[in-house]
Amino acid sequence: MRRAYFKNNWIAALVVAPQLLIIFVFFYWPTSQALYWAFTFEQPWGGGNEWAGFENFRAILTDGRYWDSIKISIIYAAGATVLSMGMALILAVFADRQLRGYKYYRIGAIWPYAVAAPAVGLAFRFIFNSSAGIMSYVNAAFPGFWDPILNGDHALLMVIIAGAWKQVAYNFIFFLAGLQSIPRSLIEAGAMDGATVLRRMRDIQLPLLAPTFFFVLVINITDSFTDSFGIVDTMTGGGPARATNLMVYKIYVDGFQGLDYSGAAAQSIILMFLVIALTVIQFRYIERKVHYT
Amino acid sequence: MANIDIRQVRKSYGKDEVIHGVDLTVNIGEFVVILGPSGCGKSTLLRMIAGLEDISGGEISIAGTVVNDLEPRQRGCAMVFQNYGLYPHMTVAENIGYALKVAGMKKPERLEKVRAVAKSVGLEEFMDRKPGQLSGGQRQRVAMARAIIREPKVFLFDEPLSNLDAKLRVQMRHEIRRIHNRIKATSVFVTHDQHEGMTLADRMVIMNKGTIDQVGTPEEVYNRPATVYVAGFIGSPAMNFLSGQISAEQSVILLADDSRIEIASDAARRHAGALVQLGLRPEDMTLCAPGAGHLTGSFDFYEELGSSGLYHLMIEDVPFTVLSSIKPRFQHGDQVGVLADLSKLHVFGAKDGVRIDMDEQVIRQMEPAE
Repeated sequence: MRRAYFKNNWIAALVVAPQLLIIFVFFYWPTSQALYWAFTFEQPWGGGNEWAGFENFRAILTDGRYWDSIKISIIYAAGATVLSMGMALILAVFADRQLRGYKYYRIGAIWPYAVAAPAVGLAFRFIFNSSAGIMSYVNAAFPGFWDPILNGDHALLMVIIAGAWKQVAYNFIFFLAGLQSIPRSLIEAGAMDGATVLRRMRDIQLPLLAPTFFFVLVINITDSFTDSFGIVDTMTGGGPARATNLMVYKIYVDGFQGLDYSGAAAQSIILMFLVIALTVIQFRYIERKVHYT
Repeated sequence: MANIDIRQVRKSYGKDEVIHGVDLTVNIGEFVVILGPSGCGKSTLLRMIAGLEDISGGEISIAGTVVNDLEPRQRGCAMVFQNYGLYPHMTVAENIGYALKVAGMKKPERLEKVRAVAKSVGLEEFMDRKPGQLSGGQRQRVAMARAIIREPKVFLFDEPLSNLDAKLRVQMRHEIRRIHNRIKATSVFVTHDQHEGMTLADRMVIMNKGTIDQVGTPEEVYNRPATVYVAGFIGSPAMNFLSGQISAEQSVILLADDSRIEIASDAARRHAGALVQLGLRPEDMTLCAPGAGHLTGSFDFYEELGSSGLYHLMIEDVPFTVLSSIKPRFQHGDQVGVLADLSKLHVFGAKDGVRIDMDEQVIRQMEPAE
C-alpha cells in the first residue's frame, strides 16, 4: 500500500491534535484519575487523599458481593452474546438468500442499532412487565410464571434479552457483509456437488464466515461488559436483591450512590484490565486459527 | 452418460428476454462447445442446464427426464467454474471428495477414490494443500478432479480456461480433451475463445444475442458459415467482407469498385437485385501484380506473424486483409492485386445476413475493375 507522508510535522500535529485531545480528555485523564483514586482513599467531599496501596483492591476482592457481580456479568456476557449472535446469524443467513423483500428486512434489522440503550430498556420494561405487558397474559394463564420484580433469574433473563436485542442489529450488519463477500460460485459449486441449502450453510458459508464471527464475538463480549449500564439502569436498577448488579453498574452504585470513590475506581481498573485481557487473549490465540488464504 | 435435449428454451429477467427460444440436442458422449461473445447468453444457457438459473420458458431434459423443476443436485451434472469455485477452507483432497461426502460415502472408500482421481490429473502430491497455496493450473486440475469424481451424467464447463495464461490454457485444453477421450462423458463447454472451440468441439454452437446462429462441426462452421455473424466470428484473422448487388440481366454480382463476379443465371434470377455481402478469408487469397488478380487495393500496413505475414489493404475505403507466406515489401499507398480462390467465396444476404448458397461451379470468374 502507498503511504502519504507529511513533510511538515507541524501540520501533521495540528491535524491529529483534536483526536488526541478527545482521547486524552475522555480516556487518559479519567483513567489516570481512577488509577490515582484506586490506590488512595478519596474523600467523598474532597480534601486530602491518603495513600492506600492495594488496600482498595484487597477490600473488593475479598467482598463476596463483588464476586457475585463478576459471576452475573459473565452470565450476562455469555447469554447476551450467544443470543444476539445467534439471532443475527439467522437473520443474516435469510437476508443473504435474497428472498422476496429482503431489502426491507435488511433495513428493518439494522434499525434497532440506532435506538439508545435506555430507550431499549424502557421498551422492554413494558414488554416484560409482569402485570401490564404481554407477559401479564401468560401470568393470567399460569400464575407466577413470570415475575422479574421479585425473581432475580427472571430479571437477569430480561436484561439479557434486552441487551441482546440491541446488539442484534450490529452483528447482523457484519454477518450479512461477511456472507455477501463469499463468492457466489462457491455456493453454486456446493449446489452442484449435491449439498442442500442447510448443508451448504454448515460446510461452506459458516466456516468462511469464521473471521467475521470472531471479530463480532470479541466486540460483543467486551461490549456486554462495558455497555450494559443503560439497560440495567432503566430496567432493574441492579435488583432485585442485586440479581442484575453487573460490574459496570456496581461501579456506578458504589461510586455515585455509596460515595465510595476509591472502591469504585479500583473496580473500574479491574474491569478495564479484564476487558484488555479478554481482547488480547482472543486476538492472540483464537484469531490465528480462522484465516484462510 | 446421457443426452441433453433443449427445446424452445427462453430466459428473461423481468421484461428483458436474453435467450429467445433455443433448440439444441447434445448426443451421448458428445463434446459440444457453445461459442459466442460476452453477453450472448451462452453462460446463462449453461447455467439453466445446470439448474443454477430458472428456465423462463421451454424445456430442458437430461437423459429423457425433464429437469426444469429439479434442483441442481438432482440433475446429475458436474460443473467446472470460470474462477474454479474451490472451497478455500478445505484441502485439495477435501475439495475433490466433498460431493462424495455429501452423498454419504464411507471415509475409507472415499479417500481411495479421491486418491485415484487426484492421481489421474496429477495432483497426488498436493492433497493436503489448501487452494490458496496452488497455482492457477493446479486449481484448474482440482476443479476438474472434483467434477470427474462424481461420474456425472453430464459435464458442464463455464469458461474454465479464461483465467489461465496463454501457454497454460493450451496445455489444459489438451488435458481436457484427453480426459474426455478417456471417460467419454457428455460435455457442454462454454467459451468466447474460438481456438478453444475449434480444437475441443465435436460440434460447435455459435450463439449471437440470445439465439443460435449455427450448429455444426468445426469444419462445417469454418467452411460453410450460416450467417455473416458466424463468418466474421470464426476464423483468425477475421474474414473480409465487401458489399455488392446481384444483377439478373448480366448474371453477375457487382461490387462497389465496379469489379464483377459472374454467377449462374438461375442463381442470379433467384436473387435478382439482392444486396449481398461477399466474404473472403485472408488465407484464401494471394497477392499479385495490380490488375492481374480479381481485386485491387492500396497497401496500408503489414503485420508479421512468423510463418506468414498479414497484409492490410484498403479497397474503396473498406479495410481488407490478405495472408501470405511469401512476404513481398510494399510502401504505404502502393497498388496491390489480390487473387482469390473463388471456390471459397462466401455470399450472404445483406439484409438478413443469411448465407446464399451458390454452387462452386456457379461462381465462374471475378473480373477486375477497369
